[in-house]
Amino acid sequence: MTLTFLNLVFVSGILVGLIQGSIDEYKEQYSGDVILTTLPTKNYITESQRIVSFTESLDEVEALSARYIEGATLEANYKTKSRASDKADSVGVNVVGIDPDKENELGDLSSALLKGEYLRKGDESGIIIGHYLLSQYSNVDFPGQGTLDDVEVGDKIRLIVGDIRKEMTVRGIVKSKVDEVSIRAFVNDSLLRKIIQRDDYNVDEIAIRISDPEEAQQVKQTLINADFDKNAIIQTSNESLGDFLEDIINTFSMLGAFFGSIGLVVASITIFIVVFINAITRRKYIGIMKGIGISSLAIEISYVIQSLIYAIVGSALGAVIVYRFAIPFFERNPINFPFSDGILVAPVDETVIKVALIILATIIAGYLPAKMVSRENTLNAILGR
Amino acid sequence: MIINAKNITRSYVSGEVETKVLKGIDFAVEAGEFVAIMGRSGAGKSTLLYQLSLLDVPNTGIIVIDGRRTDHMDSEERTQFRLDELGYVFQDYAILPELTAYENVVLPLLMKGMDPEEAKKQVMDALDKMGLADKWKNLPSQLSGGEQQRVSIARAITHNPKILFADEPTANLDGQTAKKIIEIFNDLNEAGQTIVMVTHEKQYTKNCNRIVDLDDGVIVKEHKLKKSKKK
Repeated sequence: MTLTFLNLVFVSGILVGLIQGSIDEYKEQYSGDVILTTLPTKNYITESQRIVSFTESLDEVEALSARYIEGATLEANYKTKSRASDKADSVGVNVVGIDPDKENELGDLSSALLKGEYLRKGDESGIIIGHYLLSQYSNVDFPGQGTLDDVEVGDKIRLIVGDIRKEMTVRGIVKSKVDEVSIRAFVNDSLLRKIIQRDDYNVDEIAIRISDPEEAQQVKQTLINADFDKNAIIQTSNESLGDFLEDIINTFSMLGAFFGSIGLVVASITIFIVVFINAITRRKYIGIMKGIGISSLAIEISYVIQSLIYAIVGSALGAVIVYRFAIPFFERNPINFPFSDGILVAPVDETVIKVALIILATIIAGYLPAKMVSRENTLNAILGR
Repeated sequence: MIINAKNITRSYVSGEVETKVLKGIDFAVEAGEFVAIMGRSGAGKSTLLYQLSLLDVPNTGIIVIDGRRTDHMDSEERTQFRLDELGYVFQDYAILPELTAYENVVLPLLMKGMDPEEAKKQVMDALDKMGLADKWKNLPSQLSGGEQQRVSIARAITHNPKILFADEPTANLDGQTAKKIIEIFNDLNEAGQTIVMVTHEKQYTKNCNRIVDLDDGVIVKEHKLKKSKKK
């Protein structure tokens, strides 16, 4: 029964955990709990400063990062290019202007550093690069996305935005399974603001972390009520991901339930056999009990209780393994999948339903053989005929 | 009349062979009687007891116990009737091996829904009468054959049945122990308990009110006894 419980909870828990891990990382490292992005009809979020001030004044808000985003080109190894006709080692990229302290408060970007050091506030010659942009660190080929060769921390590269070229020093390389981090480059917001001449301080993205993620919808509504939906698209983190991840989770849950239900059937058959053998070997005593006036129903109930004990003890043991050991273990040691750090997801309400299923299957599996044996002719059972 | 059975027949079919064990028996027992059913092996005495105690259903005939017809009862009603009105002592004791002496005896009382405290008192009284008060915690494996049979009797009488049936209760016991068991039956009968006992040992019938001799599925002789005084 413990194995059945683990089968039911683990299979779907790991499958869902792959996606959930990805969602959690997206939320933790990039979007926060609520994210504001530019309206399709605008080039940036208008009245950004007012929105930032208002949002920061909300009690629920824990951290906020306002980002400037601009399409740019990064060019490396230009000093070693021998001929003007040689193809430049360059890559198209979204360069993000951040307040390093606020970004770190929101997404802990510094902890994603693979090499080098984190951007210091006011450092207008430093840049941090996502590892997918560097050939020696990237093991994924994004169609249309090139990489820079042999760029390491301390190397000089060129940041080209429109007609403006600026030489930058690579301060660090960040590695993350969140694409929005690993295929972007980060510079100080003051620098990018100057380059793109955004004197009005209007930004392109505002990520907000709130103290209780359950209140994301409520914070979103507060921002809408303040009419900021006229300036930006306001979404919770889950909304910004779109429905497809939710669809994958549902599909994986169904797959997990399917595989788990096979285990449930096997466990039910096992219980049936155990109870049947038990009842058959005690056939004479069942006959005696009926002979002295114990009803068939009471005998059947005793076997159902026996099965229930198997189910409850097995599930309880399984629950201890899952909630006391497995979930904390996978949180500390996530499964390293290429697109996410897989965790074990086992929501209590779903587990309760699975335990109820185990108990129901066990009751049926215990009741049927007990009924078959206890309804036998009393005298035949006593005399072993 | 506490038992009134008319034209009881019972046959068993094995393959194409039908064995007629009881061939139209009329049998009656007065309340408070101690009746012995005797006969050679295969005479049908145990089969008759199974019909009278509702452990089996006759092919034909009517059995009325304490004024209630039993031929229309279904299996569950017969089980309930046994619990309410009848006690049964098996030849091989038939006590449950995993349960202690106390647990074996208390089972029918709890099934009747008696308060556990009241049941405990009643069980301890019954075990005390059987001389087993100090062995109530013992498992059957820790009791002798005679003690196990006394547990079986305690279980059969603890719920105060109207009729006590006993199927060769002394067959598996040595002479001394068998004598003690029969003394218990005599005491119970003197206290007013109706007893129907199957035996093939004449020496244990001297305190019965009546002996019914069975042969080849019919009653061949029936005679009343003058009860001997208890020594």
